Amino acid sequence: MRLMRERATMVWLGLMTATCVSTWVLSRDALRPSVAMVGIFLLAAVKVRYVMLDFMELRWAPVRARLFFQLWIVVVIGLILGFWFAS
Amino acid sequence: MSTTSEHRSRLPGVDGLWVFIGFDAVIFALLFASFQHDRYGDPALFEASRRTLNFHLAGLDTLLLLTSSWLVALAVQAVARDDPRAPRLLLGGMLTGAMFVVSKSVEYAEKLIDGITPATDALYGWYFLLTGVHLAHVLAGTGLLGYTWRRSRRGAYRDGNRVVLECVASFWHLVDLLWLVLFPLLYLQR
Repeated sequence: MRLMRERATMVWLGLMTATCVSTWVLSRDALRPSVAMVGIFLLAAVKVRYVMLDFMELRWAPVRARLFFQLWIVVVIGLILGFWFAS
Repeated sequence: MSTTSEHRSRLPGVDGLWVFIGFDAVIFALLFASFQHDRYGDPALFEASRRTLNFHLAGLDTLLLLTSSWLVALAVQAVARDDPRAPRLLLGGMLTGAMFVVSKSVEYAEKLIDGITPATDALYGWYFLLTGVHLAHVLAGTGLLGYTWRRSRRGAYRDGNRVVLECVASFWHLVDLLWLVLFPLLYLQR
């Protein structure tokens, strides 16, 4: 088992990079708030999905479990962005 | 790389744990929606207080939890392959979890020294509630990782006997993904 060649390692590197982008690039005041919000929360949605599928091993879970947890992402991020754009 | 032939359609651990994980995820979804609803009522106040939060430290916390989750995911794979590095990977996962606890303690101390409490305003009420409930999850998860680390050192997960480890790992990944939403919700949204 070569740790650096595992799929989990590739996913981890992507998650770390995405976190740096949302924390130290997309959060800058120079960006329009709406662009920053959509970028930050879409990245968060993608990150959560990868954690579910690759770390939690839901990629190989029964369809109903995969649907429930991925629907959770859509509902949570949808509610967050929905309230933000309504305010 | 893992191959799909190693993975039949199944949930790691036991089904009952996934009922708990699903329930916990729904509770946090309701908390996130309630926070956002309150913010909708007074976005200016929430934004003014948000700017006093230390998002640099919280960003580093995110990197810590992601690293911890990754190490634990590798540990589960290592156990499945009888790789002797599993205990070290679990120890790394536990230590990065403990570092998150230390970092959050520093952040709370900074706030309390500045006279900021949950009663300061609505944003800080939510800040202490959401991060506090999440921190309780981190403490439980770190303790459970310590337990699995000790057991793995004694070879308890050999011969395919890894249900407990998978349960702990799945809970730990839940703690990680909840933070992935909580962090931008509190610290980054303008």
